[in-house]
Amino acid sequence: MREKRTSKPRRKSGRRHPLATVALIAIGLAVTGGAYAAINSSTATADTRPVASQSTIEQGEKLFQANCATCHGMGAAGTSAGPSLVGVGAASVDFQVGTGRMPLAQTGPQAEQKPVQFTDDQVKALADYVASLGPGPSIPADHLTNGGGNAANGAELFRINCAMCHNVAGAGGALTEGKFAPALTDVSGVHIYEAMVSGPQSMPVFNDLNISPEDKRDIITYLKYVQDNRSPGGFELGSLGPVAEGLFIWIFGLGSIVALTIWITAKSN
Amino acid sequence: MAQDDYDGKDITVAHSSGADHSLGDQDPGLAVVPTDGFSDPGLLPHRQRVTDADPKKARKAERTVYTLFYLSIVGSIFAIAAYMAFPMESNNVGDVRLSTVFIGLGITLALLAIGFGAVHWGKSLMADHEGIDIRHPTRGSDETRERAVEIFDEANRESGFGRRTLIRNSLIGALIAFPLPAVVLFRGLAPQDQDPVKLLSHTMWKKGTRLTLDPSGLPVKATDVTLGSAFHIIPEGLAELEHGKLEEKAKAAVLLMRLRPEDLNQLPDRKNWSYDGIVAYSKICTHVGCPVALYEQQTHHLLCPCHQSQFDVANHCEVIFGPAKRPLPQLPIAVDAEGYLVAQSDFHEPVGPSFWERS
Repeated sequence: MREKRTSKPRRKSGRRHPLATVALIAIGLAVTGGAYAAINSSTATADTRPVASQSTIEQGEKLFQANCATCHGMGAAGTSAGPSLVGVGAASVDFQVGTGRMPLAQTGPQAEQKPVQFTDDQVKALADYVASLGPGPSIPADHLTNGGGNAANGAELFRINCAMCHNVAGAGGALTEGKFAPALTDVSGVHIYEAMVSGPQSMPVFNDLNISPEDKRDIITYLKYVQDNRSPGGFELGSLGPVAEGLFIWIFGLGSIVALTIWITAKSN
Repeated sequence: MAQDDYDGKDITVAHSSGADHSLGDQDPGLAVVPTDGFSDPGLLPHRQRVTDADPKKARKAERTVYTLFYLSIVGSIFAIAAYMAFPMESNNVGDVRLSTVFIGLGITLALLAIGFGAVHWGKSLMADHEGIDIRHPTRGSDETRERAVEIFDEANRESGFGRRTLIRNSLIGALIAFPLPAVVLFRGLAPQDQDPVKLLSHTMWKKGTRLTLDPSGLPVKATDVTLGSAFHIIPEGLAELEHGKLEEKAKAAVLLMRLRPEDLNQLPDRKNWSYDGIVAYSKICTHVGCPVALYEQQTHHLLCPCHQSQFDVANHCEVIFGPAKRPLPQLPIAVDAEGYLVAQSDFHEPVGPSFWERS
């Protein structure tokens, strides 16, 4: 009702062009739409990284043939020594090569972390090449991996999905037959994210429908929080839980009791 | 040294006589007679301490002891000062840490210094007079034993315990009845109006219950579960439960995994319990009920962190290692009209560890 009343005298006064309202709405729509598109495209470019050009793919292919094809086969089709990499995505390559797990030094229960063998550009080139073979998870955007999320939500999700293998404080733990879940301290947010989407080695895949990108960001936030805020309860003993604590008190607690007993009962000089 | 007055022997006499095999007045029936003729070398000759020989050393030891006691006083005052200097009111964990560390250090110093001082005092300064207390014979003398029997008789006569049988029997009855409240109280800890066997045998899952994510309660589509995934699943409606949520979750928690259908070796009667390589198994270990969720997606093994039981998901979760005796119960699943994963029914057997009535 109020709008009608205010709009009527305007039309009568004739100070504004009859199409002014329409033009105003059009301009408003264009501005919000443009701003949305700008923000959206900025995150989209960050998401997929801009430079998957033909030259980096070719460079990656050469690197792949020289360093990876022995096991993974020409064209990453896989051999008896290594799985096919078609469709594993850039995230998997960036994790495996970027943490030094690949190329594999030797076969064993699981690929161990080693000094990284390639430069960042070479890793990206390899990732671009493998990503060009088939669609797969891409390298995550910065805002998802920099630890700016909700640590409390991340802690709950970590306890439900991750803590049984990686320990509630991210200290890592043993699996079967020599395999282990590595400690998550000093692992970059990008690599944690990539491990969740790609499921390297024994680790299951946690795709975006299981743990959403925002939830993954919260998990990374929690891990950073745990790393930056040491335990208020004194020595953590590696956060390894009752076994480490029991061993400590058996060795040092009982040891000091034995030493005191010997001192009390020994004859004085 | 203080000795009890029963059969103390002065060490200076004992060691000068060398081997002393006499049993004294002990009962020969209770003593062990050596047959190998090995002679007791006796105690080492008495050796003087430096504090006995050298008054300087004695003074030094004295100084050490009272310094330790003074240190203890310092520790106690330090603890009080630390309590005041590092208040915990700010709710900051760092402050709690500072407070506990310094109060603890003060109290530790206070107690340890008293202990070390007292032991050092006893060892270096108190009279160095060694003695032997001979072990008491275990059997009492005849007079003591007769007197004990007399006391019992007298008590029986005076109290009328044997004579007034009504009192005696009612007392015995009262003592038997006394622990009964404990039985009732402990029974009260278990569910009241429901049959615990039935409660242990059934979970929240029933036909058509959607599989939802823990903790959000969002339903899961079959297409969401990509190869190699592991989803931690609770039944639909559990996240919204007002009370008894933990009890229900402890029984109904499920791990959902997708394997290649050709990797899956299914029992003939469970062919339709999975969907396109997606299987759901109870997360509760059949050994003592820990959550089994250490899933290795390459080997398809599930490891229980408590006692290292291992289950082979590809092979209907049979036990391949560890103390568990039964495979993890499988939840039969299907896909509803909208593509969401649903349970076909409850588990076909009770989840978790064994109990008496479990068939």
